[in-house]
Amino acid sequence: MVTAPIELNGVPLLLDPAGAVVWRDGGLVVVADLHLEKGSSFARRGTMLPPYDTQATLDRLARLLRRYQPRTVVCLGDSFHDPDGPGRLAPTDRTRIAALARGRDWIWITGNHDPVLAADIGGRSAAELAIGPLTFRHEARRAAGPVPVRGEVSGHFHPKASVATSARRVSGRCFVTDGQRLILPAFGAFAGGLDVLDPAISGLLRRQFLAFLLGSDRLFAFPREQLQRRAA
Amino acid sequence: MSTAPALLPEPFRAWFAARGWSPHAYQLAMVEAATAGDSALLIAPTGGGKTLAGFLPSLIELAAAPAPGLHTLYISPLKALAVDVQRNLQAPIAELGLPVTVETRTGDTPASRRARQRLRPPQMLMTTPESLALMLSYADAPTLFGRLSVVVVDEVHALAGTKRGDLLALGLARLGALAPASRRVGLSATVAWPDALEQWIGAGRGHVRRIVGGAAAAADVSILVPEGRLPWGGHMAVHAMPAVYRAIAEAGTTIVFVNTRAQAEIVFQELWRLNAANLPIALHHGSLAVEQRRRVEAAMAEGRLRAVVATSSLDLGIDWAAVDLVIQVGAPKGASRLVQRIGRSNHRLDRPSRAILVPANRFEVLECSAALDAVAAGTLDGQAPRPGALDVLAQHVLGTACAGPFGADTLYVEVAATQPFAGLARAEFDAVVRYVEDGGYALGGYEQWRRLARLPDGRLALAHPAIARRYRMNVGTIVEATTLKVRLGRGRVLGEVEEYFALGLTPGDTFLFAGRLLRFEGIRDMAVEARPASGDQPKIPAYAGGRMPLTTHLADRVRAMLADPGQWDRLPGPVHEWLDLQRHRSALPGSDDLLVETFPRGALHYMVAYCFEGRNAHQTLGMLLTRRMERAGLKPLGFVATDYVVATWSLEPVRDPAPLFDEEMLGDDLEEWMAESTLLKRTFRNVAVIAGLIERRHPGQEKSGRQVTFNSDLIYDVLRRHEPDHILLRATRADAAEGLTDVRRLGRLLARARGRVLHRPLPRISPLAVPVLLEIGREGVEGARDHLLEETAAALVAEMEAGPDAPAIS
Repeated sequence: MVTAPIELNGVPLLLDPAGAVVWRDGGLVVVADLHLEKGSSFARRGTMLPPYDTQATLDRLARLLRRYQPRTVVCLGDSFHDPDGPGRLAPTDRTRIAALARGRDWIWITGNHDPVLAADIGGRSAAELAIGPLTFRHEARRAAGPVPVRGEVSGHFHPKASVATSARRVSGRCFVTDGQRLILPAFGAFAGGLDVLDPAISGLLRRQFLAFLLGSDRLFAFPREQLQRRAA
Repeated sequence: MSTAPALLPEPFRAWFAARGWSPHAYQLAMVEAATAGDSALLIAPTGGGKTLAGFLPSLIELAAAPAPGLHTLYISPLKALAVDVQRNLQAPIAELGLPVTVETRTGDTPASRRARQRLRPPQMLMTTPESLALMLSYADAPTLFGRLSVVVVDEVHALAGTKRGDLLALGLARLGALAPASRRVGLSATVAWPDALEQWIGAGRGHVRRIVGGAAAAADVSILVPEGRLPWGGHMAVHAMPAVYRAIAEAGTTIVFVNTRAQAEIVFQELWRLNAANLPIALHHGSLAVEQRRRVEAAMAEGRLRAVVATSSLDLGIDWAAVDLVIQVGAPKGASRLVQRIGRSNHRLDRPSRAILVPANRFEVLECSAALDAVAAGTLDGQAPRPGALDVLAQHVLGTACAGPFGADTLYVEVAATQPFAGLARAEFDAVVRYVEDGGYALGGYEQWRRLARLPDGRLALAHPAIARRYRMNVGTIVEATTLKVRLGRGRVLGEVEEYFALGLTPGDTFLFAGRLLRFEGIRDMAVEARPASGDQPKIPAYAGGRMPLTTHLADRVRAMLADPGQWDRLPGPVHEWLDLQRHRSALPGSDDLLVETFPRGALHYMVAYCFEGRNAHQTLGMLLTRRMERAGLKPLGFVATDYVVATWSLEPVRDPAPLFDEEMLGDDLEEWMAESTLLKRTFRNVAVIAGLIERRHPGQEKSGRQVTFNSDLIYDVLRRHEPDHILLRATRADAAEGLTDVRRLGRLLARARGRVLHRPLPRISPLAVPVLLEIGREGVEGARDHLLEETAAALVAEMEAGPDAPAIS
């Protein structure tokens, strides 16, 4: 596993190829858009997606926390696919979340899919969180005036990017940052994605930005000029 | 056989006589089968009254005993054909003064008329397999079909062995249960596997009479190789267009068949460039707007066109007696397919059809010669229908539940009696039913959200009526690639292109579409906006559609021709020289060895294997070879597969190819690769859509194909990891093995190659290898994703790894 070091508003951060941000000095691991219980959310409406997505997502999260042993875990919203999600957790998955959170400060940032978190899920919930020079929220905030937003870490958009290589186009989930903001890829097993060149994402960023594509054990950084738009 | 007077009632005899016709023997045989209450399979060349033969018994019955209610159901693979047949039937009905109502019902029929048709059906209804599935899903299906006397399935050969055919076979079995006395009639072109077709049309009920129509006169087929340069590669045959144009000018009406939509656009463009006489030449392919296609068909039927350039979109259907020449541009890929295309010309059986084959490159010259030999020998090819697909069965089970509660035992018996599902094990059927019930996952997490409920009597019923609504919005087995409409400015829609093509365009790019050169302006509201352009070299639409792999039979003939220099004298000069040069520089692929060449080129090392097993098998082989090369540290970067060869390129040279072709690759390697390949993901997406796991359409919400693509890949990954034996994954693997991966032919090839790999290390590219390296559409190596990203990102990675002191962006 090779992480990519970046600096955001003066804070050195590590981007992990699993799709998480690690702030070593802060003892912090950040993930976005877990979308737990997305499968069962669809099943309720008669679309019988495989019921293994929560398990798959928690497997990856557990590996990540075992590696970094953070004091604090921040989930950047849309942790559950819908507000009833926590209620549908299988008992084993519920126990697992509790075990992961034990002895840690666990913060559920609320998102548009989960504006309210069930109290019995453990941890605490917040609309946003500021630690030192960094602000953690679900969806990037547009600058209200001439003062740019600095040090913002967010999720929501599920960024994806593609690049033309010598053989073919390669695309996948990515981090995207312009040095002031950092947007995380979705961590959830069934989460879809949006191209970073879509105005919804690129419009939030300065003209120069980098996308860090997730490789199997490392990240690959590309400046905006090297990216190609691709929807699927 | 009885004579006409005995079988044909007086008005019908008079009708035939008034037109100066005498009924064909096979038309009378069809009447005889109907009188005996037998189902029938009519195998006859297109035209010559085949469709009338299908309807004649119904007209006679209805004339003798007019009765309200649906009497005859006609099912065609094409909406246009259903409409056309309805129109053609009007003439005899009017002339005979029969009190018979005939209507069509397709996706284009207004909802109000569809509702009325269910209440008060016509006596004859022309429809498609999808519309039949829909009608069967309503609770009133037993009333609607209760008095049905006969089902006529047109172009059965084109349906059997496809997923649409599976759905229709299940529908036929359903109809058999709803109307036990009904008969089935199949109308088919000549095929290599009539027995399977007979079982297919029988749908497990009663005896089927096979009736063979008069054989057409031997076709007059020639190969056109113009003087001068014969291309090494490419599929457009632009070099031959002046000669093609002359042939069109000399004939009455010509169909110019091509294999892909991109070919159609280029050929059309080239013909118009040469069209000094302003001959009316039109274009017809599946991407064009429906109205445009209909206009071309109508103009053709009215004899207003001199030529139409068409893909397989015109393989079936509309009967144009006026066509007197068929030109096949590009290799025909199969003997049966060629015979069917040739049969599109001159529907009068007493005169020979005339056809010209136009090979686009040197390999295609060989293939055309082989096809010509096969046609002359009267050999037919093509594979018999493969077993029915489980995703289609899942759709049918849900559809059956939509119509009303069903017993699993009864349905199993009905399903297993059809030809596609004849070998279906009960356990497999039960797994499909369980999937429909609650997803069928081992982790039975969804029991509270079942789609089917078990009634006290053990039957299964729909858990909620909303499920039926959704089923009806998603019925069918045609899963289309995501497409974007192409508009002229914000105005007229010209047709649709695949999304990946549209996304590869940047404003200002030009491309050929619908016979015009267009300039890409942008994408707006899920549509490509374009303006007419002039000049520039166009980018060519590279559509996926329309590619057929070379049949085994033709492949064998091509290989035999290569191995026997005695046959080369009848080949055109440049081809003969090309083969001589190959024999001199390298070697020729023998009848039962496997020639493998290796040579360096630029910074890369190439390996070319002359397998002749068709693109799909080669595609699979390419994947497996590059996996092994990866493991051997040869750093493969990609491969390309054609119908004839597979070529790989790598950073390190292959020194000993034989072990790479070991048959063992069909075991673990294949399993492993299948599990990871994008091809499987694409196949899974289709399976998931057909089986109703992912919906194309949702009441009140159009789901874009884009979302479907993305979700299904992730679902595939999760399902594969957690439940590799799930029924949908089994269906996906079966699909891939039969279709795009063609594992059967790959097995044949590897068995043949055992101990017979003929390796020729060469200093440079061989003559025979030139065409393959000119092929576009290269497939990357799955595992190479990270290599490729690394290569592209190397500079930046170095910069990043300098550490936190050097932020990537300052």
